[in-house]
Amino acid sequence: MRSPFAALLAVATALALSFLILPILAIFVDIPPGQLLDGMNDPAAVDALLVTLKTTLIANALILLVGTPAAYLIATNAFRGKAVLVTAVELPLVLPPAVAGIGLLAAFGRFGLLGGGLDFLSLSIPFTQVAVVFAVIFVASPFYLRAAISAFESVDATLTGAARTLGAGPARTFLRVALPLASGGLGAGWALSFARGIGEFGATIMFAGSLQGVTQTLSLAVYEQFDVNFDVALAIGAELVVVSAFLLLAVKLVPSWTRSSSPSITLSAPFASR
Amino acid sequence: MDTLELSLDHPLRSFRLSVELELGRETLALVGPSGAGKSSVLRAIAGLLRPQRGRVALGPDTWFDGDGAVDLAPERRSVGLVFQEYALFPHLDVRRNVAFGGRERVDELLERFRISHLARARPGDLSGGERQRVALARALARDPAVLLLDEPLSALDAHTRGVVRGELGELLAELRLPTLIVTHDFEDAAALADRVGVIVEGRILQLGAAAELLAAPADEFVASFTGANLLHGTARPGADGLTEVVLDTGGSAFSTDQAKGRVGLAVYPWEVSLARTESVDSAVNHLSGEVSSLVVLGNRVRVRVGPLSAEVTAASAERLALSEGGSVVASFKATASRLVPLS
Repeated sequence: MRSPFAALLAVATALALSFLILPILAIFVDIPPGQLLDGMNDPAAVDALLVTLKTTLIANALILLVGTPAAYLIATNAFRGKAVLVTAVELPLVLPPAVAGIGLLAAFGRFGLLGGGLDFLSLSIPFTQVAVVFAVIFVASPFYLRAAISAFESVDATLTGAARTLGAGPARTFLRVALPLASGGLGAGWALSFARGIGEFGATIMFAGSLQGVTQTLSLAVYEQFDVNFDVALAIGAELVVVSAFLLLAVKLVPSWTRSSSPSITLSAPFASR
Repeated sequence: MDTLELSLDHPLRSFRLSVELELGRETLALVGPSGAGKSSVLRAIAGLLRPQRGRVALGPDTWFDGDGAVDLAPERRSVGLVFQEYALFPHLDVRRNVAFGGRERVDELLERFRISHLARARPGDLSGGERQRVALARALARDPAVLLLDEPLSALDAHTRGVVRGELGELLAELRLPTLIVTHDFEDAAALADRVGVIVEGRILQLGAAAELLAAPADEFVASFTGANLLHGTARPGADGLTEVVLDTGGSAFSTDQAKGRVGLAVYPWEVSLARTESVDSAVNHLSGEVSSLVVLGNRVRVRVGPLSAEVTAASAERLALSEGGSVVASFKATASRLVPLS
C-alpha cells in the first residue's frame, strides 16, 4: 500500500477528471448515434445552425476588422488614461450577461439612448439578427481586443523601427512586421472570442429574443429544445462540443513567432493582471 | 557626395543630448560609455527619435529642422541603420529580410556578404557573425546615402569580432558613404573610423583622428577612455623646465607638459617599460613595486604594477622572468606623460 497522501492525490485527480469528462461524454452516449444524427436534422436544429453560422461569421469579421487596427493603435501609443481605457475594454468580460443584455436594450432599444434616432431612420435593432450580432460582438470582442493589445505590445519596437528605416511606411510596417509577429497572440485571442460568441446566451435572449430561424442560435436552441425534444437538445449540444473542442485544439496548435506570447500564455492573457 | 549635417538638442533622462557633427565621405565613430546618448544620435538621424530642437540635413535635403517644422518620416530618409542586436525579422528568412529593404540587388548582396547559402534560413538559426552580415546586406539593399551602425561588433564573441571588424573596415572603405558608428570600445572606433568623437553625458568631449586623441587627450575622461593609465596629483614647476606632479598616492612624476594645480597624469601602457632593477636610462619616472597581475594577450603581456598598467611583448616578459608577486621597476619618459585637466 502506498502512502495515504499519494492515495489522496490519486483520488482527487480521478474525481476531478471524471467529473469534468462525464457530462461531455454523456451528450454523445446518452442516446444511440442514429438518434443523435436525426436530432441534428430536426428543423429547429438546422435553423439554429444557420442563424449561428451567419451571425457568428458577421460578428467575427467585424471583431477582426475593427478590433485589430484599434488594438494596434492602443498598443503602440502611450497616452494619458491608457490604463483606464484598457480597463473599460475589459469591463464587458466580467459583466453578467443579463447586464450586457439590459445595457444593449438601454442603448439601442426602442426607448433607448439611440432608439429615437434609429426609429427616425426606420431601423429597429432589438429582436433582429442585427441584435444577435451586436450581442455577440459586445460580449466576445473584449477577449480579442485584450489579447490583441498585449500581442501588439509584445512586438519589439526595434523591429517596427527597423522596418521604417528600410523604407516601409506605417501601413506596410503593420502588415509585414507587426501583424505576423503578433499573429500567435491574435489567433489565441480570436479563438477565445469566437468560443465566447458561440456560447453567448444571456445578452442575446434579452436583446434579440429566441425566434426560431431569426434570432435563435445553437445555444438558445439547446435551452428551448430541452423542454420540447431532449434528443434534439443533445444533438445541438454535441455540435457545440465538437466546435469548441476544435477551437481549443486550434489555440494550442497556433504558431507563434514571439517568444513572450506562446499560445498557452496568451490563452490566459485576457485575465492576466499587468 | 552630400554632407550629413547634424545638430541636436534633446533632453534625455538625466542630461541633455547636445551634439553637432558634419560628416562627409568618411567614417566617424562616436565612442562613449553606455547611456551616453550615442544610440539616440543615430535614432534622431534615422527619424526614430524626434529631437526637441535641431537640424538634420543631407546636402540640400533637410530631414529635420527647428522644433519639427520639417520632420521627414523614417522611410523617406535615405538611411541604412544597422541595429545593435541587428533587429532581423524573425518571421522572414534571410532572403526576405534583405529584400525588405529593396528587391533589385538582393542576389548581388547575398553574394557580396557570402550568405547566399543561407537564403532560406531564419535569423534564429544563424550565428552572430552571419546575423551581422544579413543586417548589413539588408541595410544596404535600400541603397542608402548614409550608413549608421549601432554597436556593430558588441553582439559578437571575441573570436568572431576580430574577423568581422576587418571585414567591416574593408566594406566601409569600399562604400565610402558618410558612416556614423557608435561603440563603447575605443579600439573598435580607432580601427574602423577616420575620426573618433568621445561622447559622455550627451556631449562630445573631443573629436579628431584616433592618433590625435591618443597624442593629446582633452581631459581625464578621454585619456582613460582611450586606454591610458591615469594618476591624480598636483602639478608644480620642477627642475629643467619639467613639470613635477606630486602624486596623491605618494611620490612624484615628471612631464614635459606644462600645468599647474590639480591634474591627471596620463601615460599609455605601451609607453611604460619594465626592468628587474632601476637602471640608468633616459626615463625619469620610475616606480618599483610588485606585479599584481599578469595577463597574456597573444604576443603581448599586460602587467599591472601598483597604479600602472604596462604592456610589453611576450618575449620581454619571458626574458625578465616576470611573475605575479615578483618585484619589478616600471619606467616611463617625461615626454610620454601627458597632463590633462580633471573632469
